[in-house]
Amino acid sequence: MSSPEKWTHPGPDAAPATAAKPTAEQVIAGLRATDEGGADLVQLLTPEGERVQHPDFDIDITAEELRGLYRDMVLVRRVDREANALQRKGQLGIWVPLLGQEAAQIGAGRAMRPEDMAFPSYREHGIAWTRGVKPTDLLGIFRGTDNGTWDPVATRFHPYTIVIGNQVLNATGYAMGQKFDGKVGDADGEATVCFFGDGATSQGDVHEGFVWAAVYDAPLVFFCQNNQWAISEPTERQSRLPLYQRARGYGFPGIRVDGNDVLATLAVTRWALEECRQGNGPILIEAFTYRMDAHTTSDDPSRYRLSDELELWKLKDPIERVKVHLVKQQWADQAFFESIEAEAEQIAIELRDYCVNLPDPPPGRIFSEVYAEGNPVLEAQRDEFLAYHAGFAGGEH
Amino acid sequence: MAAPTMDRPTSAAPAAVQTLTIAKALNNGLRASMEANPKVIVMGEDVGKLGGVFRITDGLQKDFGEQRVLDTPLSESGIIGTAVGLAIRGYRPVCEIQFDGFIFPGFDQIVSQVAKLHYRTQGRLKLPMVIRVPFGGGIGAVEHHSESPESYFAHTAGLKVVTCSNPADAYWMIQQAIDCEDPVLFFEPKRRYYEKGEVDTTAAPGPLFRSRTLRTGTDVTVVTYGPSVRTSMEAAAAAEEEGRSLEVIDLRTLSPLDLAPVFESVRRTGRLIVVTEAPSESSISSEIAAKVQQECFYSLQAPVLRVTGFDTPYPPSKLEEEFLPDLDRVLHAVDRSLAW
Repeated sequence: MSSPEKWTHPGPDAAPATAAKPTAEQVIAGLRATDEGGADLVQLLTPEGERVQHPDFDIDITAEELRGLYRDMVLVRRVDREANALQRKGQLGIWVPLLGQEAAQIGAGRAMRPEDMAFPSYREHGIAWTRGVKPTDLLGIFRGTDNGTWDPVATRFHPYTIVIGNQVLNATGYAMGQKFDGKVGDADGEATVCFFGDGATSQGDVHEGFVWAAVYDAPLVFFCQNNQWAISEPTERQSRLPLYQRARGYGFPGIRVDGNDVLATLAVTRWALEECRQGNGPILIEAFTYRMDAHTTSDDPSRYRLSDELELWKLKDPIERVKVHLVKQQWADQAFFESIEAEAEQIAIELRDYCVNLPDPPPGRIFSEVYAEGNPVLEAQRDEFLAYHAGFAGGEH
Repeated sequence: MAAPTMDRPTSAAPAAVQTLTIAKALNNGLRASMEANPKVIVMGEDVGKLGGVFRITDGLQKDFGEQRVLDTPLSESGIIGTAVGLAIRGYRPVCEIQFDGFIFPGFDQIVSQVAKLHYRTQGRLKLPMVIRVPFGGGIGAVEHHSESPESYFAHTAGLKVVTCSNPADAYWMIQQAIDCEDPVLFFEPKRRYYEKGEVDTTAAPGPLFRSRTLRTGTDVTVVTYGPSVRTSMEAAAAAEEEGRSLEVIDLRTLSPLDLAPVFESVRRTGRLIVVTEAPSESSISSEIAAKVQQECFYSLQAPVLRVTGFDTPYPPSKLEEEFLPDLDRVLHAVDRSLAW
């Protein structure tokens, strides 16, 4: 894509987006649109593994910290690939792949403090990892045994939200509460990060969240992972403007960061959270990245995008560039990489074992915890249902 | 989060009976809750300086400040969606939706998040929030200002739905709804806002989720709620002059439905009429009819009859007198039931 300043809306003579067969120029333009983040892209580590400086967002990173980020990304990718495989084997009903978005999530997640709050969408397995949610806790939703088994209060990681954009308003309210509680403006400040995708930016709730967070000065980082595709709808179908530029219309900063660069994502999110803690929020971060797999295991991206596009983005792999940098800097040796691989393999084994042994919930689960204070009508329905079940030989079946 | 405690007056306290409108009773009830619990916040469009379009929140912002009475952006999904986050954070938000027909922009948040977060998290997250909705017609308003959407919410598991019909209930029920650990849709009968009644602020209130028999009778049971309660009571008074004895039950709670007193009454009278402004298709009145035939089949002397709004959009206001159940339509149903 050209730099934002040069961006123009196609005129009335432009070919309709629904044209059956794009021209070669359109194909190339499409590839470029998804391939480059523009002049404002914040990057600290190039796809070639070269460390570059940025005047506003540079950070100091130690060898140990970078090894930690690498480990996070490798392990999270392994969890993702194993869960994807479990779906293919029929052990999960569906999976939502993370592949390609590891840097965006590990960078943002590791920028957060324990007391901060995260509101995810449903692809945030990497954020879950950084919040201390066990990978096995992600399985219940996708196997159909539960709706999420982690404790959102203890982990400060809200349940996955599947209705697109709903969590943006919930996060805004939570961040307003942090402000009302006086948690903004001093050393022990708190902030909230809300995660959503490029498609969500078309939802009313996201716009309302922007309006509310702005007028109440909520300590909220809107973290949009622009992975270029909302199932089959490209970003151009969501916005005339690059997404980060939308923030200006609501009166707060918008920043586009290389979402495949874990260092840049960490640096920008850290800065944004600090701004929020100081009382200067909200802030929109657009992590410019790419979904390297399907939207979900039910999706077929070969129907709507070109394989060349994927090949281009493979060259920007978020993990490989860190590996190259670690090697070039002589910050990691072969034994380190092998140990991470072994750790990843162990996590995959645990995930697999946990998944296949996850018991089906008892029939009574249907009725549990619908209400905090109970409901006699529902309880009568439950009792009748359980009595019906108990009528079979062997009780509940 | 711990349940808040409210200092409840005991029956030993000196009587303090006031004559109040429903509007003022709600205002006093909100005030009492806000005084008892600093986590209670009121939020909505125009609820601050203006005191709400019906003045239900009049004076609250002046006394409790802008952080506890939030004049919000014009955004119903925003009001409800941010209240979810505030409730998770430990607040007890009371949202005002200006008019019934405006709740639909917030419908997604209500049915997708408000209703389900407790279930989704196996009880780890509670949503102690109240959504106040002035509802029903009879005020000569334009479109979207006179609807009765309560059945949508009673149909959704995870929500509780109540409606008051008099100042005493208004005063106590709003406080009890705020105390409730579950999300409560609180429907207020807007055309009755300025009708007066006695409120005893020292008498211990009855339970929130219970219906109440307002008038005993022997010939026909009338079940109703909200703005139709007064209509039904007037019909019962008129019927009495004709020598007919109507028993009138104010449901008060629409989810969960408290139908035990209705079953008991129908077993005695053998006849039931349900009176409500809402359209009848797939509604609260449908549910009552279904459950009564299930529980009281052998006691019924006539089919359950319903006197309701019609299955149309709410009409232009010059036609609403035709649309709304009135005394004559209730009495006509009584005639039909007794003639069976």
